Amino acid sequence: MELCDKTIHDLSGMLAKKEIQPSEIMKSALSRMEKTGEFASFIKTFPEEAMKCAGEQDKKALKGSLSGIPVAIKDNMCIEGKGTTCASHILEGFTAPYTATAVQKLLDEGAIVIGKTNMDEFAMGSSTETSFFGNTLNPWNKDTVPGGSSGGSATSVALGEAAGSLGSDTGGSIRQPASLCGLVGLKPTYGRVSRYGLVAFASSLDQIGPFAKDVEDAAILLKAISGYDAKDSTSVNAEVPDYPSQIKNGIKGLRIGVPREYFLEGIDNEVEACVRKAIKDLENCGAEIRDVSLPRTEYAVATYYIIATAEASSNLARYDGVHYGLREKAGNIIDLYKKTRSAGFGDEVKRRIILGTYVLSSGYYDAYYLKAQKVRTLIKEDFSKAFGEVDVIVTPTSPTTAWKIGEKTDDPLKMYLSDIYTISANLAGIPAVSLNCGFSAGLPVGLQLQAAHFNEAVLLRTAYAFEQMNDYHKKRAFSETAENQVKYY
Amino acid sequence: MKVDKKLVEYLANLSRLEFDDTKLEEITAQLKGIVKYVEKLNTLDTGDVAPTAHILPLKNVFRKDEVTPSINRDKIFKSSPESDNGYFIVPRVIEE
Repeated sequence: MELCDKTIHDLSGMLAKKEIQPSEIMKSALSRMEKTGEFASFIKTFPEEAMKCAGEQDKKALKGSLSGIPVAIKDNMCIEGKGTTCASHILEGFTAPYTATAVQKLLDEGAIVIGKTNMDEFAMGSSTETSFFGNTLNPWNKDTVPGGSSGGSATSVALGEAAGSLGSDTGGSIRQPASLCGLVGLKPTYGRVSRYGLVAFASSLDQIGPFAKDVEDAAILLKAISGYDAKDSTSVNAEVPDYPSQIKNGIKGLRIGVPREYFLEGIDNEVEACVRKAIKDLENCGAEIRDVSLPRTEYAVATYYIIATAEASSNLARYDGVHYGLREKAGNIIDLYKKTRSAGFGDEVKRRIILGTYVLSSGYYDAYYLKAQKVRTLIKEDFSKAFGEVDVIVTPTSPTTAWKIGEKTDDPLKMYLSDIYTISANLAGIPAVSLNCGFSAGLPVGLQLQAAHFNEAVLLRTAYAFEQMNDYHKKRAFSETAENQVKYY
Repeated sequence: MKVDKKLVEYLANLSRLEFDDTKLEEITAQLKGIVKYVEKLNTLDTGDVAPTAHILPLKNVFRKDEVTPSINRDKIFKSSPESDNGYFIVPRVIEE
């Protein structure tokens, strides 16, 4: 096994024992990146800078929890002095004047950023196919999508290019690509991680979170990025638990709920079989499995696409061709706005701006936007009630495994419905994690765990207990040696 | 509520976007489908339900009124398509 295929906690252990140096890890990651370019995880990479930084760390005593660890950042988070494109043409020429808090926290722990990852344009999509820079390929099968919108952050970790990465999750954009790429992906509670420096899509739903090869790595990354930030007034001033030290406490007696509404129509048979088996495994770990109901589940997608597009249409009004990024020439200011925005945004972004403008416009506001906000309350209440009865809710992450490239690009509604299991957590603001629970025809299947606000620790503990029952997390999508090319399935 | 080409043209203008006729037809058809789908919310009775705009019980987050360093202006103007000495340049807005 190459160094770049190892977990963060293994690498940190080896660094602590002085068996390896940061530059050896970085060489391994950069050499992997040279072999995996066709998957297109990245919009921009920084190999020389990363190697230099690792070389400097070789000479120093390593103090941070992520010293020497190569990480990748979704290209909707700012790093001072570097471009931030959001995979959009409209941000061409923009250089970030400051660094996102979550990224800064990784840097403070010694992590080294190797690149900015590909994504759906402005994080609007479920397959990383709406990127202005072209699509990213699934490491387990090049004909399929990696999921989205944080597709590049997922593939960078699945391919061993980065040891961990950050994505953002507005309706499932971390969990769903984690599911489709066989990783651990966690969306924290709304307010757990600062959004300062994250380009806003839907501000009441957006949250930054980690991708990792296993649960322990996810706990390390989550601890590093969590916490109050005066620069984000929606970040919450609550103590950050020491997540890594709590994952091994076991789940004996934990009450785990199975919502019947998540197993109705549209779920793939093999996905359901994997998830049902995972629930059995959780029971064998000592958890108590209960039936619960989230009766408004079927309204989540409709609610989400009203609220998210409304917020997006407002947030994206700032791209005007005046302050930064692309400008198309025009004789007057209105035409300058129109020409710049029409040339700069892709189809999906335009579609969502139009829908968001519609639901907010005079005469339709009450019927759509206000109605959706009320249903959001009901969905939130469903979860509050369920968390009165159980500690964790277990569901599939995605109704299917990775689908063929191009399969859903012509039908936006079909694409939206692929997020049916992940959207509710954003509407309710609760934390949720996806981890691998098996394979179907060679493609990973994701298990989603959800908990009440600020209960990330119980999610990680449950996920860790499940992970110990199998070896899915030890499988790697990419292998450099011929005999290992035979994959797990 | 009728979604047609005229409405989409109106929304496009509000959004400061332009579409050619083919795109306009396409978006109108897609918007029709999406709006029809989201109208399923009308089957839920939400009479006395309070709306949720935001998930946290936060109100007026204030900071102390203190002068602190802010981002360097030159850094910000570096990304602007056209600027001059601390000003953004735009086409003439006021008629002569």
